Amino acid sequence: MNPDPLGFIFLDAAIINNFVLAAFLGICPFLGVSAKLKTAVPMGFAVIFVMTVAAVCTYAVNQLLVYLDVPYLRIIAYIAVIASTVQLVEMVIKRFSETLFRALGIFLPLITTNCAIMGMALFATAREYGFMQTVVYGLGAGVGFMLALVLMAGLREQLELSDVPSIARGAALTLLIAGILSMAFMGFAGLGS
Amino acid sequence: MSAPASETAQSMDTFLKGLWRQNPVFIFLLGMCPVLAVTNTVINSLAMGVATTFVLFMSTFIVSCIRKIVPKEVRIPTFIVIIATFVTMVEYVIQAVSLELYDNLGAFIALIVVNCLIMGRAEAFASKNSLGRTMLDALGMGVGFTFALLCLGVVREILGSGTFMGIDLFGEHFQPWAIMVLPPGAFLVLAGWLIVFAWWAERQQRRKLAAEEEAVT
Amino acid sequence: MNDTAPQPPAGGENPFLKSVHMMATLGGVALAAGVLMVTVYESTAPRIAANRAERLRQAIFEVLPGAEDRVAFAPANEGIERVPEEDEQNAPYFAGYDEDGNLIGVAVRGSAQGYQDMIRALFGYDPVEERIIRFNVLENQETPGLGDRIAWDSNFLESIEGLDVSLEPSEETLRNPVTHVQEGAPREDWQIDGISGATISVEAVVAVINRSMEQHARRLKNSLDTLEEAAP
Repeated sequence: MNPDPLGFIFLDAAIINNFVLAAFLGICPFLGVSAKLKTAVPMGFAVIFVMTVAAVCTYAVNQLLVYLDVPYLRIIAYIAVIASTVQLVEMVIKRFSETLFRALGIFLPLITTNCAIMGMALFATAREYGFMQTVVYGLGAGVGFMLALVLMAGLREQLELSDVPSIARGAALTLLIAGILSMAFMGFAGLGS
Repeated sequence: MSAPASETAQSMDTFLKGLWRQNPVFIFLLGMCPVLAVTNTVINSLAMGVATTFVLFMSTFIVSCIRKIVPKEVRIPTFIVIIATFVTMVEYVIQAVSLELYDNLGAFIALIVVNCLIMGRAEAFASKNSLGRTMLDALGMGVGFTFALLCLGVVREILGSGTFMGIDLFGEHFQPWAIMVLPPGAFLVLAGWLIVFAWWAERQQRRKLAAEEEAVT
Repeated sequence: MNDTAPQPPAGGENPFLKSVHMMATLGGVALAAGVLMVTVYESTAPRIAANRAERLRQAIFEVLPGAEDRVAFAPANEGIERVPEEDEQNAPYFAGYDEDGNLIGVAVRGSAQGYQDMIRALFGYDPVEERIIRFNVLENQETPGLGDRIAWDSNFLESIEGLDVSLEPSEETLRNPVTHVQEGAPREDWQIDGISGATISVEAVVAVINRSMEQHARRLKNSLDTLEEAAP
């Protein structure tokens, strides 16, 4: 069992060691879906939701793996659980809210291959978090992802009108901004002590 | 197509395209998480590149072998199982070789399983092509990926710690540019490389145009 | 897709045969994968265990100079008890002995929140003299060039060697809780040197020492007999 308090775990995942800007997880959707705020916000919510559900599921699976003493099945079990969780979430949302499905639906398949979810599950296991700690960690990781995504989308919308040298357009510019954002987030280190 | 000469040329091209023209990192921006996360030293970059290439090669090899017997409904789950198996193997082998290396790469070894490069090649190339072509393609992509990791690793280690593969380069009065081995450095160095390549491509383009114009006049 | 076409068991249009074929493929792949994984796991397990044991051994001997052998201990009731060698990876203390079997000191694990992430450390404690022998940071994510000096700055690490961690007579708390001074300033026996620009990292080291000593020092000090008897 890890002794970290829940509040600290949340801050750690969301801000101090931001999943995107400090731990480099979920870079692909971060670069791909951060062009417009209109898509970034629902994507962020979808990730928070899936992260939290996946945290619960992978915690349960890990308990089972530890009980059966088969650590070598962890990777395969996690990816299977995450993929089915995303499918399940998709079906449930579709069943209960057509509006929500239309807003989040297209992002859900994208999330399956999002290494942030897998990374969250593996980190939570490595740190030996308990049940509540894992859930809070998943929630914090999702919030951190959304924070980075929305910040980036806001900046990129502003940049659309500025005159950028042609060789730095596109991915290079996004990465430069991400680097500066990452430096800004380094200022949050030390928040926990 | 049927002439042996052009066939060799074509296989060469299958291999070479991954290195440069279709470089998974610099051109397609695939598998970015490990590219940014573990390139703080040359050794880590190399180890990650080799590990990824191994998983990519073995997975696409198997996928290509069984491409005719796997029904398309269960293709993706089958591929995932195959990839996860090789990742698990790599994880244990690295631990047996060096715990230090394992700690440095951290969870990113396990995260090879969600590297979109591998799934992408298995799905887009290996499931449709012959064994020989698949092997060449996987090797090319793997080497291209490793090359990209090394591009970042070399710059970050030299600037950020003043060393190359752990060997001190500048003596003790060197003040390391610490930000380079920290997370922001990864983003900045990759952006820098993309800008350099874009500048180079643009220059080539301009020269070609100039040469054509000259030829006309 | 002509992938499935050439295979007879695909069963053409028969949905039952088709699903059997699907299950057989998945099952076959999963079975082969399982066999491969177990083989690799079983064949690498001894090497991995040996690597871990070697790393631990080196870390212990690093903080207990002169030690040739070690025995792992864990808290039990008021005292301590021996931990069998196969479970020593997670043991909290390790007694180190020289070649004649004399107790050199006890290597104690400790951790505290640093600037970026947890700092994990192992340090040698001399229960007779009630002093720190040597301090070694095992894991840290501190800023390179600033905070990570706690792991390699020789002035800083030397200021911990011989640090006074004696308990007050009631044995509840340290007589003088460890503190840090400004870099290079004169210091008492129970103070360590600071690192300018890395106060939080230094405070984490101070916290590691104070916390683990308050938790373990009394127990270790009163178990000297057990420690000496366990000499291999």
